[in-house]
Amino acid sequence: MNSLFLTNILNLPLLVHLALPLTIILVYALVAIWGERKVAGFIQDRLGPMRVGGWHGWAQSIADLLKLIQKEDIVPTNASRFLFKFAPFMMFAASYAAFAVIPFSSGYIGSNINIGVFYLLAVTSVLTLSIIMAAWASNNKWSLLGGMRSAAQMVSYEVPTIATVLTVIVVAGSLNLMTVTEMQSGNDILGFLPNWFIFQNPFLIVAFVIFFISILAESHRVPFDLPESESELVAGYQTEYSGMRWAMFMLAEYADMLLLSLLGAVLFFGGWNSPFGDFMGGPVWGFFWFMLKGLLLVFVMMWIRWTLPRYRVDQLMHICWSVLIPLSFINLVLVALWELIF
Amino acid sequence: MIELISDTGERREMTINMGPQHPSTHGVLRLELVLDGEIIKKVKPHIGYLHRCFEKYAEEMDDYAKVIPYTDRMDYVSAMNQEHGYVVAVERMLELEVPERVEHIRVIVAEMQRIASHLLGIGAFGLDLGAFTPFLYLFTEREKILDIFEKVSGARLLYNYMAVGGLMRDVHPEFKEDVADFVKTFRPKIKELDNLLSYNKIFINRTANIGVLPVEVALNYAASGPVLRGSGLKWDLRKDDPYSIYDRFEFDIPVGSGEVGTLGDCWDRYIVRVREMEQSLRIIEQALESMPDEGDVMEAIPKRIRMKEGEIYVRTESPRGELGYFIAGDNSASPFRVKARAPSFVHLSMLPAISRGSLIADMVAIIGSIDIVLGEVDR
Repeated sequence: MNSLFLTNILNLPLLVHLALPLTIILVYALVAIWGERKVAGFIQDRLGPMRVGGWHGWAQSIADLLKLIQKEDIVPTNASRFLFKFAPFMMFAASYAAFAVIPFSSGYIGSNINIGVFYLLAVTSVLTLSIIMAAWASNNKWSLLGGMRSAAQMVSYEVPTIATVLTVIVVAGSLNLMTVTEMQSGNDILGFLPNWFIFQNPFLIVAFVIFFISILAESHRVPFDLPESESELVAGYQTEYSGMRWAMFMLAEYADMLLLSLLGAVLFFGGWNSPFGDFMGGPVWGFFWFMLKGLLLVFVMMWIRWTLPRYRVDQLMHICWSVLIPLSFINLVLVALWELIF
Repeated sequence: MIELISDTGERREMTINMGPQHPSTHGVLRLELVLDGEIIKKVKPHIGYLHRCFEKYAEEMDDYAKVIPYTDRMDYVSAMNQEHGYVVAVERMLELEVPERVEHIRVIVAEMQRIASHLLGIGAFGLDLGAFTPFLYLFTEREKILDIFEKVSGARLLYNYMAVGGLMRDVHPEFKEDVADFVKTFRPKIKELDNLLSYNKIFINRTANIGVLPVEVALNYAASGPVLRGSGLKWDLRKDDPYSIYDRFEFDIPVGSGEVGTLGDCWDRYIVRVREMEQSLRIIEQALESMPDEGDVMEAIPKRIRMKEGEIYVRTESPRGELGYFIAGDNSASPFRVKARAPSFVHLSMLPAISRGSLIADMVAIIGSIDIVLGEVDR
């Protein structure tokens, strides 16, 4: 029955394939922005938004969005007009396009291609480009500094991210994220633990830690939020943006956070597989489990953000080049050896 | 327009304007930075955006008492200490003794204000380094102090509470219990702060060995307060040149020791403030114990003070350092001249000396660690 459902849903018209992830991202972004403010509030002994919409200010993000839509679209006088206007959309397009290869449930994946991971990593590299574009086009020195920082940061942290993703690929033997997820079905480890990669191999736990640190840096979260560190660079590459264009940056940033968290869920936590084997399985529950895992990682990112101070730009590079990259490559070799022996 | 920057020669450098609307210049400070990449080659502070003619107003007020609200507005985060310095100066000039109860209340509110000011300074320092949450935790505590001040004086920021010869009015009846409560609840919070911020690895990475101020340089620039003590010199006017009744209390002077980096770095200046809050709590406890329950809070002096001819310089220990008032009287109702020696102004002048060669991110840390208040810099 399952495979029948799969073939049916893969024949959906293209428009549905386009619209589904977009809906998920938009709903998620509204919830996540509200959620982040709530998380921040609770961590800081406050209540967070409480007014708009009645119950715990649930409509706050919607009100914010409406306000942003009404704002005047300001382009600085000496800015490079086309690039300035284009950059936010390009950034959002890059993170949105990457969702195509994410298997949301056993019944739904945007594009079931066999180079999924490769495609995802390639498409997200465009984010760097759009940030530099925004920074340079703003014609603002603070923006430029933020843009240069982000270029250095994202290019550097892509290396450990890719190395840890490779580690998982070595174990899985496939670049297709659907196949990678299917390999993690069942509850066989120690008789009850699910067959998720994080439980399969001790070195993959190390890989996950490196991967998580790297995606914090990739998605510009504290302690690595240097490109837009508000206390140093005003707002980094976003300084000159306002209204809907700024909202696009925010949207892209939150989408990027979700994307990388979902990638982490696929690679290490069994994607849409239920933690209880067949219990609560199936495509619909699969979607639930998958989003739950992704959102839990997003929550951890928020938690870290509201706890730690920020690194300095040279310390950030030091962590990447002299700690994470050597570690991730040694780990890759060790995982490969483990796979060879067991 | 972005200037053209080439790889070689002078054009490698970029001039950038930090402030007066920058989020971490603590008010309206403007810094002209010459950068090579992110490395700072030159710093030039520009001040005067908050100049309000304090000294000229003081001459024109026609009353010594009317100057007090203006002193509040100099260092607006430690208004009680500013008032304290001024009234002590005027009283010394008049050779006036104030009642015991008044001295005790003054010391208690001044020390509470010192804690409140340090809480803001430390919190904003953390905020500059990207740690948002400690800032709000500290503000919760500061709020408790402001609540007590509101009950005492009716205001939360600018109190106008101390008067020449006494206090504007007596404290509320539950003052002692309120303060004792605060002392009890606040002490564990310092431990919490140590865990959350002071010994946080990232925080230490960001502050140790940054903005090192050797003690000779500090003395040459006439630094004082936590900035000087952070460089390792035990110098506190409450002990070395006691005013009010500070000579009766037992407390230590915390100094920097280079515990996690070099002596006199940002972390040392920070930790001196944290330790000072503990000492202020000790002073408050002792003062609460010896404070008389009954008594007048105003010495019988004429409503309008007429000062004899002469001049005086009185220095007190404000949370930021040596706050000095020079007052010259000329037989009339208003001072001939009032000059305030503001510690923030002095500390700001050291900025170019201690920040050359650091990164922009360090610049933010250094400004945070010297804890300037622009109201006091510009007066």
